[in-house]
Amino acid sequence: MSEHLTDSAPPAASKDRSANQYAGEGLGHVAGETVVGQAVTINRSATELFSFFRDFANLPAFMENVARVEVLDDERSRWAVKAPGGNIVEWTSSITDLVPGTLIAWASEKGADVPNRGRIDFRPAGARGTVVTATIVYDPPAGAIGRLVAKLFQREPAIQARRDLRRFKQLMETGEVATAARTRRAHDEEKG
Amino acid sequence: MRALTWHGKHDVRVETVEDPEIVNPRDAIIRVTATAICGSDLHLYDGFIPTMRKGDILGHEFMGEVVDTGPRSTLRKGQRVVVPFTIACGNCYHCGKHQYAACDNGLPADNQDIAQTLYGQPMSGLFGYSHMTGGYAGGQAEYVRVPFSDVGPIAVPDGIDDEKVLFLSDILPTGWMAAENAEIEPGDTVAVWGCGPVGLFAVQSAFLMGAERVIAIDHFPHRLELAQKFGAETINFEKTQTYDALMEMTGGIGPDACIDAVGLEAHGFFVDNVWDQIKASTFLGTDRAHSIRQAIIACRKGGRVSMPGVYGGFIDKFPLGAFMEKGLTLKTGQTHVQHYMPGLLQAVLEGKIDTTFLISHRLPLEQAPQGYKMFHDRQNEVTKVVLKPGLAAA
Repeated sequence: MSEHLTDSAPPAASKDRSANQYAGEGLGHVAGETVVGQAVTINRSATELFSFFRDFANLPAFMENVARVEVLDDERSRWAVKAPGGNIVEWTSSITDLVPGTLIAWASEKGADVPNRGRIDFRPAGARGTVVTATIVYDPPAGAIGRLVAKLFQREPAIQARRDLRRFKQLMETGEVATAARTRRAHDEEKG
Repeated sequence: MRALTWHGKHDVRVETVEDPEIVNPRDAIIRVTATAICGSDLHLYDGFIPTMRKGDILGHEFMGEVVDTGPRSTLRKGQRVVVPFTIACGNCYHCGKHQYAACDNGLPADNQDIAQTLYGQPMSGLFGYSHMTGGYAGGQAEYVRVPFSDVGPIAVPDGIDDEKVLFLSDILPTGWMAAENAEIEPGDTVAVWGCGPVGLFAVQSAFLMGAERVIAIDHFPHRLELAQKFGAETINFEKTQTYDALMEMTGGIGPDACIDAVGLEAHGFFVDNVWDQIKASTFLGTDRAHSIRQAIIACRKGGRVSMPGVYGGFIDKFPLGAFMEKGLTLKTGQTHVQHYMPGLLQAVLEGKIDTTFLISHRLPLEQAPQGYKMFHDRQNEVTKVVLKPGLAAA
């Protein structure tokens, strides 16, 4: 524990996998679950970023693996997410904590294909804009093997979160998501 | 449309491919009127750059006429523009500081992984230069899709010849930034390794920035002759011990600033270079780097080293001790083209900088593969090949 206290690095970056639990602090992490932590700095105000994110129907614009989000009411939304092997996994999510301009936390409801919860923090970073941090705790189907398979198909949540945050940054800073596609057809296929 | 595509080491072809379209709101489509083969294209041609795929369209020095615009492009159809080789958004923190080559958003999110793993952080996108730099189709083609067209391309006045402004796309700003990175002070002696286009523009730029003497180093007589035309003294490293010559020519001090305009495919038969070649061919290390080592050893105490030459991976036997003990400063980087274009266009229009002397060969796009071969095989007399899609085959 003392070592943990002399290291101010984010726990999700620890070499000790068991230390991952600290990253899930406040998210009720239990053994066997995987924690993903990613941060990106976006040259926009926290208020602007928060309000775009808060409207979950906006999310598929930059979350490439999210097939659709249906907003059910103020707190609940239905998610359909692309998984390895061309499968779609679904769950209903509800907001567990919300501080306007600062924080959105969620948890999947019972019966989710991939139980998950997490939080997005928006922290003002002066002239550089806002640091957006995503912390996601999930229970991978078939545990570590499922995680490996997902990684091979690049649908692993750590890879997804990293790329989604980059696309979120691109969309908010430039108004579009960068692509090398030369034709609209190639672009549609890429997003497939 | 027709385009020059990469298929492997020393295998490039002109093929018919799908025309590009507007994909994003800030895009424009350019009909290419002139495009050049760059020395760094030879790195691709020689198979030194990873993450290339068969069918990739090459070319990052190009200009042309705007033929289509997305709803958020600020260009107008019919405008003539020169396009910077760096793809930058103009909105992020780095673009705000005019560090366009370090743009956060120029690379598609998925392509950022490779550069992040190799370099720590992803860089801007580049046209026609592997998938690590975005996988964007290049300009050695009839048409190109240009992203962020409201930030990159610079309009040029009607009536000015393509050949006078084409090099604003890369090598002129690169040579200029190389000299700027050398932090030249009036009265300085500047040594430039490599008299390719970037080296020759660095020679011109160094004089414009107040250098008293410029010493240019190469082994191709024709290139040394061009450097002399701009007032440089020259060293042919095949006939001369470069370090000994530099020390004597500078009265035992060493050059105040050294510019390595060679990069990873340094020529010449040096002991460390041979070892690098063995390792490059056995994948033990990627970069052959004699010139940067020599620049560091020759540079005067407390001097500046500028490195516009392209390096992609790792080198060893880097003279870190000499670098530290002498207290040198090293500045380098891909060129922040968008930052330099307006000033350099003005300098070209005012006749302060001449770029057309460089062009030795003009070919139709259809003959691009021959262009690559001659640029690769005959570097003495082939200083620059310009491809013109509109030019009738010879």
